[in-house]
Amino acid sequence: MSATKFPTASPTASPAASATAPGPVAVPRRAGTQIRLTGVTKDYGLASPAVAGVSLTIEPGEFMTLLGPSGSGKTTTLNLIAGFETLTAGSIAFNGADVSRLPPHKRNLGMLFQNYALFPHLTVAQNVAYPLRERRLPKPEIARRVSEVLELVQLTGRDGTYPAQLSGGQQQRVALARAIVFDPSALLLDEPLGALDRNLRSTLQLEIRRIHREVGSTFVFVTHDQEEAMNLSDRIALFNDGRIEQVGTPEALYQTPETLFTARFLGDSTVFELPYGDGAGAAWEDEVWAVDPATVSARVVAGSRAALVVRPEDVRIAADRSAVPSGANAVSATIRDVEYMGAYRTAVLALGRGGVAGRARLDALESDLGAGQSVTAWWRVDRQRLVAA
Amino acid sequence: MNTPDPARWRGPSPRWLLLVPALALLAAILLLPLGQSLFRSVGQGDWTLDHYARLFTDGVTLRVLARTAVTAAVVTVIAFALGYPYAYVMTRVGPRMRGVLLVIVLIPFWTSVMARNFAWIVILQREGPVHSFFRLFGLDVVLYGSVAGVTVAMSQVLLPFMVLPLFSALSGIDRRLLLAARGLGSHPLVAFWKIYWPLSRGGVVAGLILVFTLSLGFYVTPALLGSPKESLVAQLLGQRTTQLLDFAGAGALGMLVLVVTLVLVAWANRFGGTISAIGVVAAAPVKDRT
Repeated sequence: MSATKFPTASPTASPAASATAPGPVAVPRRAGTQIRLTGVTKDYGLASPAVAGVSLTIEPGEFMTLLGPSGSGKTTTLNLIAGFETLTAGSIAFNGADVSRLPPHKRNLGMLFQNYALFPHLTVAQNVAYPLRERRLPKPEIARRVSEVLELVQLTGRDGTYPAQLSGGQQQRVALARAIVFDPSALLLDEPLGALDRNLRSTLQLEIRRIHREVGSTFVFVTHDQEEAMNLSDRIALFNDGRIEQVGTPEALYQTPETLFTARFLGDSTVFELPYGDGAGAAWEDEVWAVDPATVSARVVAGSRAALVVRPEDVRIAADRSAVPSGANAVSATIRDVEYMGAYRTAVLALGRGGVAGRARLDALESDLGAGQSVTAWWRVDRQRLVAA
Repeated sequence: MNTPDPARWRGPSPRWLLLVPALALLAAILLLPLGQSLFRSVGQGDWTLDHYARLFTDGVTLRVLARTAVTAAVVTVIAFALGYPYAYVMTRVGPRMRGVLLVIVLIPFWTSVMARNFAWIVILQREGPVHSFFRLFGLDVVLYGSVAGVTVAMSQVLLPFMVLPLFSALSGIDRRLLLAARGLGSHPLVAFWKIYWPLSRGGVVAGLILVFTLSLGFYVTPALLGSPKESLVAQLLGQRTTQLLDFAGAGALGMLVLVVTLVLVAWANRFGGTISAIGVVAAAPVKDRT
């Protein structure tokens, strides 16, 4: 933690700043800003609204990821927070103050774009100094902050370089420096790693984590990459069709999905769609499975469609029913294929009479399994989850 | 010219041969007459700079040159004032509307020079629509036969040469940079001034230079719409060659205009890729940005 990394210009140090620039440049530095969305809606007049009544509170200093498939409304939501789009309905507040009608240049937010959006006619130093100049900070203060932030993103000595002369990763570091140099209320990141190759991505993920820790400000990160979301976030808001499907820590979303969409979007799942009645077991084809009420999502409505999901690492393979421990749920299966994943292998299964697709992670002892074998798949009752379908 | 046998060609690459016809034509119709004019202007072997000296002392040439430069400058400013917003709008509309706007701006290209200029005569002449319009306010303004009329017509004729390089430059600007600037604290107008405008400068310089240099040498429009009393440099050149048969004087004047133009282009080129920007003009109409 280094709260002194970017000391705010005190009124004595920069009278010009306090006179002209609102926001954190002139007021004491905060750990982060709370962003509260209430019933946020954006309707372009198409068949369905791009964002339909999203309510979400992002806590000060939190790393919140808006995750979802393309067209799910996550980027529109980010643009609404930034002020690049106007709200159709609802409101947005920063630290309790309504900013719904504030134009983007008055919201004091840092923004990172997928294409970096560096100004090609300005040098690295001029790019980074841009938001400080707009806030009319004194020149020595600007120079000091620029060199500090370039050090933070490990680009010292590239001040006079033009963006076109830098690699993609370096450009994104410059963009990052520019987005945080003015102590924004929050940093909005719009798929900032989407254009980078795999190795660079993970390096920059670590970098973004580190900078989040050091700067301590609120980060709102948009991605469609569930792995990236899991790696980076304090919490994830999963978007689907303009609404938030589920909000929670990466662990919560993975371990206790509330809906089939969540279960499918984060990680692999074997899914059995079935009707679920109150308290009873779950009946699927010829099987009747035991259900632990603790593993039933509150969103499952008795009598309506539900789905029983099991993660591949919880599915075990037995030669036949007699080898299944008592109390476990089981289903007959055929091994379609065995995939070599490096660290482990995965059996691709066809389950039940209908041949529902499923996956089981194999351990070293199960190396004699091969395609075409008829087996029994089983899992512990407390490792399954019943979600709304 | 000694054309090498392609089968035995050992040079860098035979594709350069493709340039030969064009270069030969240029040499024949441009360099040769140019050399001849130059040769005549310095006394056809008797080596004298008298013809050049006369340009500065005859009392007419300098005045015409100054009038031409002012007219060209005004035309350039008008074309720019009309062309920049026009090109900007072209980058902001859908593909269909962009096509329509492009056609509108290209119409002068597709209309015969004579038809275009006679149309302007009809519009600007006494009792024409412009004259009638001004008479509504009790003004007796006849633009036909004046430098003002020439300026108006030239601005219209040369507008495409402003719009096309500008459109090409403006459509290459990433608008997300403007969002980024606004996010970083810039009022939209400030973002335009600090980001968009500098990035459009290459196209601006290209358009200004193209229109200005073309204006300097414009002949038909001033000849038809202007008056001999207020002639521009191209008319002076025409007069000296076709009426006075003063080829030496005309050659000297032509060289002076050429040098002024080249100096201008070289100077402007320092403000960012003019030559390459002019080069994009040809590609602009087919460039389809979605």
